[in-house]
Amino acid sequence: MDPLQDKELQLDHYDDEDPDESLLAPVKGKKRVEDMLLNMGPQHPSTHGVLRIVLDLEGETIVKATPHLGYLHRGVEKLAENSTYSQIIPLTDRLDYVCSMTNNFAFVRAVEKLLQITVPERAEFIRTIVAEMQRIAGHLFWLGTQALDIGAMTVFFYTFREREILLDMFELLCGARLTMSYYRVGGVDREMTQEIIDRLYKFLETFSEKVDEYNVLLETNRIWIGRTKGIAVISAKDAVNFGLTGPVLRGSGVNYDIRKAEPYGVYDKVEWEVPLGKNGDTYDRYWIRVEEMRQSAKIIKQCLDRMPKGPIMVDNPQIAYPPRDKVMTDMESLIHHFMIATQGFTVPEGEVYCATEAPKGELGFYILSQGGNKPYRCRIRPPSFIHMGAFDYMARGYMIADIVTIFGTYDIVMGECDR
Amino acid sequence: MHPIAQKIQEKLPEAFVSANVLLGELTVSVKREKIVEVCRFLHDDPSLDFDLIADLCSNDFPNEEPRFEMVYHFYSIEKNHRIRIKARVPEEDCTIDSIVEIWQGANFLEREVYDMMGIKFNNHPDLRRILMTEDYDEGFPLRKDFPVEGKGWRDTFEFLQQE
Repeated sequence: MDPLQDKELQLDHYDDEDPDESLLAPVKGKKRVEDMLLNMGPQHPSTHGVLRIVLDLEGETIVKATPHLGYLHRGVEKLAENSTYSQIIPLTDRLDYVCSMTNNFAFVRAVEKLLQITVPERAEFIRTIVAEMQRIAGHLFWLGTQALDIGAMTVFFYTFREREILLDMFELLCGARLTMSYYRVGGVDREMTQEIIDRLYKFLETFSEKVDEYNVLLETNRIWIGRTKGIAVISAKDAVNFGLTGPVLRGSGVNYDIRKAEPYGVYDKVEWEVPLGKNGDTYDRYWIRVEEMRQSAKIIKQCLDRMPKGPIMVDNPQIAYPPRDKVMTDMESLIHHFMIATQGFTVPEGEVYCATEAPKGELGFYILSQGGNKPYRCRIRPPSFIHMGAFDYMARGYMIADIVTIFGTYDIVMGECDR
Repeated sequence: MHPIAQKIQEKLPEAFVSANVLLGELTVSVKREKIVEVCRFLHDDPSLDFDLIADLCSNDFPNEEPRFEMVYHFYSIEKNHRIRIKARVPEEDCTIDSIVEIWQGANFLEREVYDMMGIKFNNHPDLRRILMTEDYDEGFPLRKDFPVEGKGWRDTFEFLQQE
């Protein structure tokens, strides 16, 4: 039976009584219940972008939550159909702008699969290292903002301190801090210099202690535990059915990580583990992301130790950009660079779906090529969008104050959700 | 033929159209009337066990008949295999059955396909536009005949009409 209908019956009782007396609320022995619609957003600090939620409330309990998306819709898929493959790389930066490197990675992998080219080993190592650095940066961003949303201000300053070190390294690597466009089809843009490697080693030396520091702030914090344990619980069966991926799925104990299931980069050459949760609540997802940061540090360490020397771009002038230092001094290289940058390269007919483990979940690119230098269709499978599909289901029955926790637990970025 | 395609053909011969493997990815084309039966078989059969809906999207081929194509990507966590299912949808009867009752995750994805390509889903619980505004009436943006610069207020810019 619909609980709202029941309430209307209760309200009707007022009509039977003396009108004057009914105005004297609260009436002894009678509870007056009204359902309320609450509009949250599109501008709200905890929505991590522009997201509007309409909440049906019964007191402070959420009866129904309807997300209204699309405030950040820029038509990336449509734009991609009219851009050459190398022009799409900067577009992918703007999907999940917190972790732009992994978006680049996901896209170039799909194109490479379509082209059937193998990337040089050193490039694969650099790609893996950079993707894991980005995962740490993304999870640090998440941890800081999630704690901030819940009310713990300090963690934000701690995590952004470490994120800043990583962003400085990205700046050294490719000149940008947020929208990096570092990956290229066939390799990476620039060499990873010894300075970055030294800095990275230094960062990894102390990073594990830093993670412990965050944990001291949160793990024993009564408010944090009270506001994350048992909040937004989803069972493994439901999580799979809703198509959830990444830490949200693994929080429910489902062992699905694309880095293990369909290894790419050099993930199959290094040793690491997939952390799994048990209860499927916000606390478990927090624990998984913290643990993933440790595992990422482990992966980076092993990759740095084993990184071979060699080229960072595939030896195929049809696809690859010429080396950067030559472009500035050599006329032929400049023309070559210009041709690839403006006209792009031809991709054979075919279609491919390529999934990558982004910090948020499975980021897939489905590319349909009919030959030529532009894709006929470039579909992006955004994890945040699909996670929003489960929002109503996961928010029902919780308190209004938990809404910000539930946004946060998906690690949602609206740039990716709305595309 | 790929063993999974073989299974689908044996179990649902009236739904099966064709199958091919390209770049290591299996694609099975089926009839659109039978899409729910095919999906239910993929989801429920213990040897296939496609429990995760990876993606759901559509393609537009204006010069072909039928014009639209639905593309489903499924993945099995247990068996670690993927499949791509395709079904053609004609323009004059632009509908296909919804698979939300099999995968809840298809809900938002089908709404997006409806929003972007204009394919309607029968038995969908809440078929509304999702990324565009609900009163958007300029058509379906991802169709090939929709201009990249959009329709509407941009056409009123005088400098765009010059040339």
